Amino acid sequence: MFDIDLWREIISALKKNRLRSFMTAFGVFWGIFMLIIMSGAGRALENGVMDGVKAFATNSAFFWTERTSVPYGGFQRGRRWNYETGDMDYIRDNVKEIQYLSPRLFGNQQSGNNTIRGERTGAFNVFGDYPDYFKIDQWTPVKGRLINDIDIIQERKVCNIGERVAETMFAQDENPIGQYLKISGVYYQVVGVIHAETRMNIGGGKKEETIIIPFSTMRKAYNYGNRVYFFSVTSKPGTSVSDMEDKLKKILKDRHKIAPEDLQAVGSFNLEKEFLKFNALFIGIQLLTWIVGLGTLLAGVIGVSNIMLVIIKERTPEIGIQRAIGATPATVIKHIVAESVFLTVMAGYIGLSLGVALLELLNRILQKGGDEMFFRRPEVNLSMALSALGVLVIAGIFAGLIPAKRAISIKPIDAIRDE
Amino acid sequence: MIKLNNIHKSYVMGNNSLHVLKGIDLQIEQGDFVSIMGSSGSGKSTLLNILGMLDNYDEGSYYLAGTLIQNMSEKKAAQYRNDLVGFVFQSFNLISFKNAMENVALPLYYKGVPRKKRNQIAMEYLEKLGLKDWANHMPNEMSGGQKQRVAIARALISKPKIILADEPTGALDTATSYEVMEILKEINDSGITVIIVTHEHDIAAMTRQIIRLKDGRIHEVIRNGELKEFKKSYMKELVTA
Repeated sequence: MFDIDLWREIISALKKNRLRSFMTAFGVFWGIFMLIIMSGAGRALENGVMDGVKAFATNSAFFWTERTSVPYGGFQRGRRWNYETGDMDYIRDNVKEIQYLSPRLFGNQQSGNNTIRGERTGAFNVFGDYPDYFKIDQWTPVKGRLINDIDIIQERKVCNIGERVAETMFAQDENPIGQYLKISGVYYQVVGVIHAETRMNIGGGKKEETIIIPFSTMRKAYNYGNRVYFFSVTSKPGTSVSDMEDKLKKILKDRHKIAPEDLQAVGSFNLEKEFLKFNALFIGIQLLTWIVGLGTLLAGVIGVSNIMLVIIKERTPEIGIQRAIGATPATVIKHIVAESVFLTVMAGYIGLSLGVALLELLNRILQKGGDEMFFRRPEVNLSMALSALGVLVIAGIFAGLIPAKRAISIKPIDAIRDE
Repeated sequence: MIKLNNIHKSYVMGNNSLHVLKGIDLQIEQGDFVSIMGSSGSGKSTLLNILGMLDNYDEGSYYLAGTLIQNMSEKKAAQYRNDLVGFVFQSFNLISFKNAMENVALPLYYKGVPRKKRNQIAMEYLEKLGLKDWANHMPNEMSGGQKQRVAIARALISKPKIILADEPTGALDTATSYEVMEILKEINDSGITVIIVTHEHDIAAMTRQIIRLKDGRIHEVIRNGELKEFKKSYMKELVTA
């Protein structure tokens, strides 16, 4: 029931001591404010990182080669080796869990400016890829199209270029599509300007400085033979990519005379594992945020309770009078608790609002930062805000209850005499 | 109306026990105007607290309006207080952040009377006590006499059977003291039992019965007709003092 008299009582009691009320409220305000800000910041970091990888197939794994670390089958340790196109065919035919498999070749990166167009030059990361690659690590064409299967079959000399490549190699008013770039001595026609949806980086360099040409074209144009430097795979839905990773490692070791116990030779990386690590990390961050936030809040609440105790001590005569003229202990407790709850909730609400407002402001600023920000969309979900408010109400009740119990334990007559 | 049988009360302070009331037998009828006198430490305030259900007693029995008042819960005591007793204190004890009218209306608030109605009733009582124009003033804007009149109005508003006044004139000058006593007399004339604690003989002399306490016992009871003699002996006391 809304009791207007109760509220008048509370407001007049609080108004009487503005500074004290303010100081009391500030502890709680600060607690909830920090909780919101920290939680929002944690969420922003999570969003920033997760946005960078979310378009990446989480069921993907990546393989490269390292020098062997164990002598085996007549070979010494430290042997350099490569995957072969035969491995790819074998895996495609024999590993049923494979959904996509995309071998990759690395272009010549040692020669400095490897890309030339008239007066313009640039050093970019050149890869030979299959179209399946775009399904594992998502790219979208900004202009033109992605490399497709026909490009592979016909070994066309075409390329997809990153946005930064387009900026460097072409004037602003030029359309790169249909133009030619000379990459490591061979001319390629630009068929698409592409934009990376993720910020996961494989093979180094910035993604917007990438040039992708068909795998088959690169193999033939630069004499790679049957070598494969790197490949990406994804597992079919419902199968574990980690299991598949182990299986593939075993096959590859077998086919290349590498010791089964060699942990170094087959380099691999599994996004599922990383994803779980990330998830655990962010759960940890959120948990930490809550612990620290609630700790701060608790300190605020203890502050409120403490100050309420002082207030009650100051107001002992007043409470004594009230009881002498007929206020029951329940009435007195109700007033004190209501006052305390009112203070904490008001302070909490202001803290909540200001925290959310600050996060929103931050969000606006961050949005202007574009794609490269590792910190984005700081936000607080409603359920968290509500539960924080719930914690506040309960905290307020407790903060008031202890002093109130104490206040009524003093006999009214002692209370009145206490001057 | 009030019946005390062999009331004992002691206060425990650390290891010491202070036996304040050592067997009080007392009967006060409806409509009496009684003053309780005694030197400080004689137990008069303690007695008043027990009468007003603000304190418990250790031994004996206390009947108020036919009800045994013993080991009451705070809640019940508060209800009885609200229904039967009005308090007037030496230091007025008005709530400092409420104006005169709100102070007077407060007991009705605890009884659950709606705001408009209780303010209206409070105004009536303030008018009776000649404070209508001061209704919206805060306690610190009023003189001592005015504050005490507000306190009396507050004690009266719940239509009590008994007014208990603890040194009601203790903080007032003589002229104002007499004014306040005049008001209490009028209240008594309307049929309400008035019990005041005082150490001023002239104030006590205005009541119809004086109970003198000495060392926690009733030393003497002086009734209406004997008041003149009391005045004489009081004069003697003054002379010898």
